[in-house]
Parts: sequence; structure tokens; C-alpha cells
Amino acid sequence: MSVGLSQERLDAKAKVTGRCRFTGDLALPGTRIAKYLHSNIAHGRVVDIDTTEALAMTGVEAVFTFADIPRIPFATAGHAFNLDPAARDKEDRLLLTDYVRYHGDEIAIVVAVDGLTASKALKKIKVTYKEYPALLNHEQALDTAAMELHKGSANQVGEHSYQCGDVPAAVASADISLKGQFQTQMVQHCHMENHIAWAYMDDTDHIVIMSSTQIPHICRRIVSQALDIPMSTIQVIKPAIGGGFGNKQDVVLEPMVAFLTKKLGGVPVMLELTREECLSSTRIRHPFRVNVECAVNNDGTLKALAMDVSSNTGGYASHGHSIAKAAGSKVVPLYPNAALSYQAVTHYSNLPSAGAMRGYGSPQLVYAVESIMEEAARKIGMDSLDFRLKNVAQTGDTNPLTGKVIESAGIRECLIKGRETFGWDQKKQEHQAFKSGNIRRGLGLACFSYGSGTYPASVEIAGARMILNQDGRVTVQIGATEIGQGSDTVIAQMASERLGIPVSAIRVVSTQDTDTTPFDPGSFASRQTYIVCQAVAETGDLLRQRILEHASTMLELPVEQLTISEDAVFNGDKTVRLSLNELALDAYYHKTRGQQLTAEVSRKVTTSAYSYGCTLVEVEVDIKLCQLSILGIRNIHDSGKIINPDLAAGQVYGGVGMGISGALSEELLADPETGWIYNNNLLDYKIATMMDSPDISCDFVETHEPTAAFGNKSLGEPPLLSVAPAIRNAILDATGVAMNQLPMSPKALFNAFRDAELI
Amino acid sequence: MKQIIQCQLNGKPVELVVDVRQSLLEALRSHGLTGCKEGCGVGECGACTVLIDEVPVDSCITLAIRAEGRVIRTIEGESINGELSPVQQAYVDAGAVQCGFCTPGLVMKTTSYIEGLAQSAGGCCQSGSNGINRDDIRREHAGNLCRCTGYQTVVDAVEKSIQYYSGQK
Ligand code: FES
Ligand code: FES
Repeated sequence: MSVGLSQERLDAKAKVTGRCRFTGDLALPGTRIAKYLHSNIAHGRVVDIDTTEALAMTGVEAVFTFADIPRIPFATAGHAFNLDPAARDKEDRLLLTDYVRYHGDEIAIVVAVDGLTASKALKKIKVTYKEYPALLNHEQALDTAAMELHKGSANQVGEHSYQCGDVPAAVASADISLKGQFQTQMVQHCHMENHIAWAYMDDTDHIVIMSSTQIPHICRRIVSQALDIPMSTIQVIKPAIGGGFGNKQDVVLEPMVAFLTKKLGGVPVMLELTREECLSSTRIRHPFRVNVECAVNNDGTLKALAMDVSSNTGGYASHGHSIAKAAGSKVVPLYPNAALSYQAVTHYSNLPSAGAMRGYGSPQLVYAVESIMEEAARKIGMDSLDFRLKNVAQTGDTNPLTGKVIESAGIRECLIKGRETFGWDQKKQEHQAFKSGNIRRGLGLACFSYGSGTYPASVEIAGARMILNQDGRVTVQIGATEIGQGSDTVIAQMASERLGIPVSAIRVVSTQDTDTTPFDPGSFASRQTYIVCQAVAETGDLLRQRILEHASTMLELPVEQLTISEDAVFNGDKTVRLSLNELALDAYYHKTRGQQLTAEVSRKVTTSAYSYGCTLVEVEVDIKLCQLSILGIRNIHDSGKIINPDLAAGQVYGGVGMGISGALSEELLADPETGWIYNNNLLDYKIATMMDSPDISCDFVETHEPTAAFGNKSLGEPPLLSVAPAIRNAILDATGVAMNQLPMSPKALFNAFRDAELI
Repeated sequence: MKQIIQCQLNGKPVELVVDVRQSLLEALRSHGLTGCKEGCGVGECGACTVLIDEVPVDSCITLAIRAEGRVIRTIEGESINGELSPVQQAYVDAGAVQCGFCTPGLVMKTTSYIEGLAQSAGGCCQSGSNGINRDDIRREHAGNLCRCTGYQTVVDAVEKSIQYYSGQK
């Protein structure tokens, strides 16, 4: 009754009226402001630091440097704890450092009564560095003579490989094979709310942290580890979040604010990063260099894909090699019938630290794979859509990497639907007239597959609690974290579906509080609806049953004859009606019977479901102006059952928009000699404005995923994955020029067109 | 140095004690009006948009003392007695709200845009009839960044705002 409908967002009105409160809107009076001193070199050592003048300033309460912090290395990646020590993230961070690993590294921190005083104090700190040569890329970092950025690491964070089938044999026997190298750039999340956290103490040993985080429960564990204090003495509260996109799936500020309030006797201390700090001193997307070989037969059969990835994690591991690992595993369910091999290495460098970002390595790899697929289709003279149709997964195929059957795969249907609704064949015809001259037109296509959640790499666990309130309405608490994507709303719909009451009678507690919220690792890996649905469905069933049992006692009718509909319990022929309000009052206040009616379920999920989709795009290129216009772009998704069509479309628009922006204009630039970051601000780091954004359209193919309570699969990250390669393929179609490096900015087009002698 | 300024804030005369170096954004936020947000603090993102004498400004790069004697409108004043303004309702109905951090700034920008349109059309503004298309809307809102929506539903919301606003008239 609720699932499948476009329920309005629960927080829509709060957000359009400005009443919705974010982390910074909740600060206590007298909150002190902390500011980091960032290094202005990319690689070196602090040989001297003098804080005397800063400390002497009126309004400055404290200055801390490397010498003052606990010497406990910790990992910042927002992964659920792993019982296997070998599978845990690299513990390579301290709260502050004297060894500078990237331009912007944190070497000291000032706490003052206000931001202005703190900023002024930063200028008074005198630092002497001993500078080392910056190691910025694969060759420099992995040179055996290179300095180690982290002792004992050889500058390598991880490596692994897999083989599905016999790739060399498949390549040898294929009609043709081709190779390509693809390079992706440093991209940053640019969530509109910068990183922010503040903390205070409300007892001698109890720290409360308010934070804009995607992962409250994980955050608590990491703070506990970083400061070596018991987990139960830390309370992490997450109010409304102004976007995260993976950057807040990392514990960036929380250990520091907890440390500071502890040092300052429990007064509230806030760290709110500026846009500039957020752009280069939080996390970025890992730049990938991908070498890929593709072998096909002339009939269009994909025989083999061999992928070789070098991933650059920058100064600190953060999510480290998990990114390259996850990306590799997600190609397999798209082309499960080809021989596939993958090897990857992740290395440190003196660039900003890379972490999780929407797609978690997949956008980089999909860019390479779907580009080489396009080249292959062209080489054998086959339509790229037909070529994909011949090779993509179908329901019932086995994923050779896991040995498990793919329970639902709607990618063929997505392609077929896309072909029709986008007018692929017709546009292709029309474009014949635009293949020479200054104005060219082209069509591009790319596909993807993606997981839902992190299992089996990590535990997948979700909790839900429901309470029948005294007024007959239901409060739902979940550990799943609303960060703007709309998870609270779809959870309310799921609860409504199982309870039989309307969404309007359900209140989802959006604020997460580790002291009271059921355990759940948080918002990442497009896991929310898929992982949480089981817990919500079961909790709903349980509470429904308890309500009906109490109704049965009150009405003296057997439970089997009773149902809940709207705001009341009815018997079979609806001749008896008991409102939930009456029922609740009885349950709470009858002197001898009943109790508070609640239900709580925590569930582990030991499956992952693959979602699929594709991007179709039509571009126009003005060769002389090196200007690209997107005439039409359409994503078609198989995310299983769509719980809320409008919210789902919103996710697609946002993901495609971010994909276009990353494909065409975004690039965090580092000086190739010094590693100095040039453009950590929103004027010079170009995220798409409304002017740069074309109309976007989308469509869904609703398969039924049997491993999910409502047949649903992931959707948060997928819309972005296939955008860049689709555009790249369309430019190739229009101009014959292959853009094998991102971004495909006017400058890059200029260089490429000049090399191709088009201009 | 502190200074007392007088202005009209969401329809009511107020006195604010501000630091002469303070931005209007900071002054409004410390006055409890936390609806306006800081996304950059330097005039790049529009999250802090408020109206001064009906003109949308980035309050982060406007000195608070410049509000002296002016008429300020913020997101908090836009819904009256719990009823959403046509623009707010349009944003809700178009699904233009995701994380919502950009939303107050966008709503204020759209509000001044459609009120301006209505004024220039003599009290009525209608999409189509006065030739407003999606590109016009995009150009007008280019100073407001949103990272969640790809702007698709935001442009829809502005179109709807025009409809709702003229319907209300
Ligand atoms: S905060 Fe004012 S423009 Fe960004
Ligand atoms: S809705 Fe998140 S930035 Fe616009």
C-alpha cells in the first residue's frame, strides 16, 4: 500500500522552511572554535614549530602540535569492524603529524573563542620544514629508491588479483584483441555542507560528539580507538546531513574534537572546515590508471577482458586498497560469461588522501572497461548496443567470482528499453549528416553492474525498532543513516507496508544517536534499502502481531480474524472497529493487561544483489570551439523493485549530474613538481552549475530480487557509474577522437583535436 | 568592535548587536536564523542567499552592518502560519529537495526571481506566456550550487513556482 508509491520526503517541509537542523545549527552557546594549521608543502618534516606567540594571544585557549597528541595510529575508513586483523584498514594516521605527506596535512591545531581569533593565531605559528621531493605518481612512489611515506610500506597499500576463466587462452583464440590505457583524475565530493563536528563533555568521562557523519556507530569505535577510551563513554549524534557522497564515510574530525574537549575540561569545541580545507584536506576520489585488454570474436562475442589497475591513495590509506578491490569485483556480474582477469595495486603518494566516493572505484574502472568495449564494437563493425546485448549478464547466469547465481539481472531489458525510448537507431541514422564539418553529433553508451552492500567483504547488519505511541502512531528508529538520499522516507514506506498503517502515522527518528539507535554501520555501498529492508520488514511484522494480539484481548476475538487498516484494527467483515489510539491507550494504561507495544529486530544479511543499468547519451561537438553539448542523456536502471519512484528518479538525476560534472570539468590540480594543490575552491574547481547541466531523463526496469524483502536493489551510487564512458564514447562517435583521460574538458578536447589534426 | 544595527527582518523591526567585521550570514545565524547556510563563505555557492531590499545577495560576503535600515528576508519568514510559500511548495512538489543544504538559498533566489517576473509582467507571471524557458531559469540560478539533484528537479521546481505563483495571484 505504500511501497512503490512516490511518497513525499518526510523531511521536505523541514528543509524548505530552514527548520531542519544540521550539525552547525545545533552548537551550544560558548562553543569554542578550533582550526587546523595545514602544511604548505607536500612532503617533508617539521623540524621546528613555535607556538608561543599564538598561545599568548587574547582569546586563544590552546594550541596543540604533534608533541601533544596520543601516539596511537588509527585507521579512518568507515568500515564495519573486521574480526580478521588481516582484513582491517591501515592504521596510518595520528591526530597531528610532524611528517608531512601531502599539501594540507595537519600539523597543529588552535582553539580560540571565535573563528577570527583562531585564524589569526594560525598565522602566528612559526614552522620550519625540511622538504623532500614529492612523490606523486605510480612510478615515483613505487620506485625502489623512493622514500617511504609510511615506514615498512614500500609505499604500497595493497595489491591483489583474480582470474575468472583462462584469459590468455581466450585472447589467443579470439578473432581480435585490443588494448588501451585510461587515466582518471582527482575528483572531490563537494557536498554542500562541509565537514563539521563538535564535542563537549557532560560528565567526568562522557564525551558527546555531534557530527555530520554517514557512519555514527563506526565513528564511535574509531574515536574510542584513536583516543584509547572506552566506547561506551562516547556518544555520537548525527543530525541532518548536507550530503556526504562517501566523504563522510571516513572519520575525519571526530577524534580531534573529542580530544580537544577532553583537553579543555569538557567545553564545547567545534571544527568546521572551510570549503578550501574540505576540497584538499578531507578525501578525494582515487585516481586510477587502468590498462585493459579486450578480446572479441567477429560475431560480437566478448571473449576476455584483462584489467590492470594502479590506484593512487595519496598521503594516507583511508579506504586504501578496498576501493580497487571492490571496483574489480563489480565488473564480473556484468560480463560473467567472458574470461576476466584483474590485478590491482594501490600506492601511497604525496597527493591528498583518497577515500570512498560515490561508486567506490567503479566509475574509474567502468570508464576504462566501457571505453575499450566501444573500441571493440567499432573494430568488428557492430552497433555498440547490439554488442552489449550479446554479452551482458542474464538472470540465472553464475557470477564466476563468487560461484553464486545472479538472481536478477535486467540489463538486457534496460538496453532494449533505452534503445526504444532514447530513439537510438533513429538518432544514429540522423547523425550520418553530422559526421564531418565543424558541428558533429554522436551517440554513446555504457553499462555497469554494482553490488548492494558490502557482503562478503564486510559484515552486513541492520537494526530497527518500532514503538506504538500513546496516540496510536508508530515511531521507527533505525541505524541506517539518512544523509540526504531519502532513506528515512523509504524506510517509513516499508514500515507502513508491513504494519498496515499509512506513512502519515509513522515518525522516523532521523537523528542517530549511538547511545540509543539500533546498531547499523551506516550509509555507504548503496546498502540502505537493501540491507535494512529485512530488519524493517520483520520488525513491522512483529509489532503488527503484538498490536493484533492486544486487540484480540480487548475485543475478545481471535487474532486470525483481525487486520490493521489505516488507523484502526478491524474484524473480517469490518463490523468491529478499534482505533489504534484507543488500543494504544489501553495497552499503556489499563491497570492489569497490556504493556508498551514495541518490536526490535537486528538482522545480518549474507547476500548481495547486483543492480544494473546503462547510460545513453547524444552529444554535439563544436570542433573549433572545443565545446561539447549534451543534447540528451538517459539512464535506465535495474534496481529491482522501486520503493519510491520520485526519490529514485532524484537519485538518478543527482548521480548523472555528478557524473557529467566529473566527466567534463572537475579536476583537482596538483603541481607536477611540488604536489602543491592549485584549485581547492569552488571557483577554480569546477563542479557543474545549473548552466552546465543539461536535462536528464531516466527510466527503470523493475526486476524482482528474491533476496530482498521488497524485491529491491541498490540505487544510490549506480547512476554515476556509466556516465563518463558514455560521453567519451559519444565524443568518439562524433569526432573519431578517443578521450582516454578525464576530465574531457575544453582544454583536453583542444589538445586531442589538435593531435588529431581536426583543428 | 560591536555596533547596534536596526533593520526589518522578515517583516519585523529588529535591533542586532553585530561585530563590525561580521558577515550578515554570521549575524543572522547567531540571531537564531540558522536556515541560511554556509557552503563556502566566499560567494561561490549561494547557500547563504537572503534578500536585502528584495535583491538576492550572498550573505557570507555582505557585511552585517550593511543591513542597517534595510529590509531583510530569510527562509524563516517565507512560510506564514505554517503554510508554505508557493515557491516552498513547488520545491516540495517537484522533489527538488535532497540533503536540503542548498535549499534555503535556492528558495530565496527563486522567490526573488518569480516576484521580479511578476512585477515586470504587471503582477502576473506565467511560464510560456512571458517566454521563460528552462535555460532562462538555469541562467538565473547559476549562482546557486547543488550537488545532490543534478538540478533537474530544481529547474522543475522553478517552473512549478511560476505556475503556483500566478495561480495564487
Ligand atoms: S556561503 Fe555564501 S556563497 Fe557560499
Ligand atoms: S539538495 Fe543537497 S546540495 Fe542541493
